[in-house]
Amino acid sequence: MTGHLVDASALGWLGVRSRPGRSAMSALGVALGIATVLLVTGIPASGQADLDRRLSAMGADMLVAQVAALEGSTVAFPEEAAAMARRIGPVTFGSAVANLHSKVMRTPFADPNESAGISVLAATPDLVPAVRGEVATGTFLTEATRGLPAVVLGAAAARWLGLSTFDAAHPVQVFVAGERFTVVGVLAPMPLAPELEQAVFVGDEFARSHFGFDGRPTVVYLRAVESEISAVRDVLPATLAPSTPGLVSVSRPADVLAAKEATHGTFAALFLGLAGVALLVGGIGVANTMVVSVLERRREIGLRRALGARRHDVRLQFLIEAVLLSLLGGAGGTLVGMVGTVGYAALRGWPVVLPWATVAAGLAGAVVIGALAGLYPAVRASRTSPTEALAAV
Amino acid sequence: MTVLRLTGVVKEHPGGVRALRGVDLVVEQGEDLAIVGPSGSGKSTLLHIMGTLDRPTRGTVELAGQDTGAMTDTELSRARARNLGFVFQQSHLVDRLTAVDNVATGLLYAGTRRRERRALAEVALERVGLAHRRTHWPSQLSGGERQRVGIARALVNRPALILADEPTGALDQATGRQVLELFGELHAEGATIALITHDPTVAATFGRRVEIRDGELLDGVVA
Repeated sequence: MTGHLVDASALGWLGVRSRPGRSAMSALGVALGIATVLLVTGIPASGQADLDRRLSAMGADMLVAQVAALEGSTVAFPEEAAAMARRIGPVTFGSAVANLHSKVMRTPFADPNESAGISVLAATPDLVPAVRGEVATGTFLTEATRGLPAVVLGAAAARWLGLSTFDAAHPVQVFVAGERFTVVGVLAPMPLAPELEQAVFVGDEFARSHFGFDGRPTVVYLRAVESEISAVRDVLPATLAPSTPGLVSVSRPADVLAAKEATHGTFAALFLGLAGVALLVGGIGVANTMVVSVLERRREIGLRRALGARRHDVRLQFLIEAVLLSLLGGAGGTLVGMVGTVGYAALRGWPVVLPWATVAAGLAGAVVIGALAGLYPAVRASRTSPTEALAAV
Repeated sequence: MTVLRLTGVVKEHPGGVRALRGVDLVVEQGEDLAIVGPSGSGKSTLLHIMGTLDRPTRGTVELAGQDTGAMTDTELSRARARNLGFVFQQSHLVDRLTAVDNVATGLLYAGTRRRERRALAEVALERVGLAHRRTHWPSQLSGGERQRVGIARALVNRPALILADEPTGALDQATGRQVLELFGELHAEGATIALITHDPTVAATFGRRVEIRDGELLDGVVA
């Protein structure tokens, strides 16, 4: 029986390679379908792997708490909010900022309305580790500078102020609420806290002495042991604002970012649908080729029947030929899909994730498509009367 | 021993055309039989029925002592694979197979093992004098050589009966004569051959001759 299948497979393969051009063309549809399936699963999988990698690098251990702004009122946390947060066991870093509702400008003559978008925050020196931030150039606020007119710029704010290439050796100054501040540092981009990228930071003590800042923060940033993050999240509102815990909203930036990227996944379903259509068309292409082939090869069928081939042998030969044709397309599509995925991932600097389950499913699908497509032509071939087949010219 | 026995064979084609009207024919082992008839005399139909490629409307066909009328397609196919060898006007070689692989195709459905098929095909190819052409492609062979490869394919399974349908019809006279000489040699070695032709000069080289006309065999032409 195995020898029988080997013989039938050899015949099927003979049929495929006897008409290489036609075989390639009819396998193309299946190849396109399989390649699409692989690309639409492999590329998002690689993207997801990259996102996961970035998120864990950026920190899934970060929480942001703020007070829901009630209309017409400025609410803030108690003065000691950051310190209270730090006292929660699993919390490793905690810091707070307060929006000073002020404006920053390069010169005192600039139009105040053009500075919109950059917020001025009062900050403490412990902010940078609490937001997994990094100082790109210069320094952040220190114990020494928190009481002085010094300012640190977020990455986006620096860009908007034209100070991206700030050089610590040549200090520059900016104006906050008409006061002259020396820029002492610029922060690196912080994808998990984009609102901080668009801010400039002044020392909390200087803000108290010159801006009438009451010391009550508006946003608390903290980091905690990752496995305890939900527990921390639960107790945070009551800890930060014991009197009004219901007004405190806590978010985890990593979740927000993940959710944002996940919405891109909805397109995958559309492309998978297209791939399905391509596979269907591919299957019809294979069936079409086989029907033509059966008509053309009637004399071969007649000869084989004369040599003792049973109907079953003829049916099997054409069925296997269709399966091989489809499998050929499947293999080609797999190759294209894998090269495409690897290439795209390399281009984007993503880690390559090849969906092996999809590869296996794709090849199995190609076999099924080939079998379905070959069924009708194969039955037709086997029903060809040997005498008519031999009489055909 | 009787290789093939046709008794009262009638074949009606759809539409009421009677191609054969009661044919009785016995082929004994070791015979060389030529069936001669003009085109339209029903000789192709007769060959198809002798070769069990077609079933008679009435009458019986016994191949190697067995009634083929009751056989299923599978049994009939097996009987063909074991007992019959066909030679056609066109050699019907597979272009993508070498001469020896084309000959081995004659054993593909006979249940012979792959390896043995090759060896037996080499022997058969040597028998028709084409051992030196074994790895050649059909396109590299002359018409006569192709037909001899076809004959090797027909005799590779050592059939009880070789059926030939105008085997020289597509060949020039000299080449055709060589092919007929080959049939003569095979017969001399003990093969049973039944050939169908429209050409009396071809039939003349055969030991027993039967004429077919309008679907009936004419007796008394045995020379």
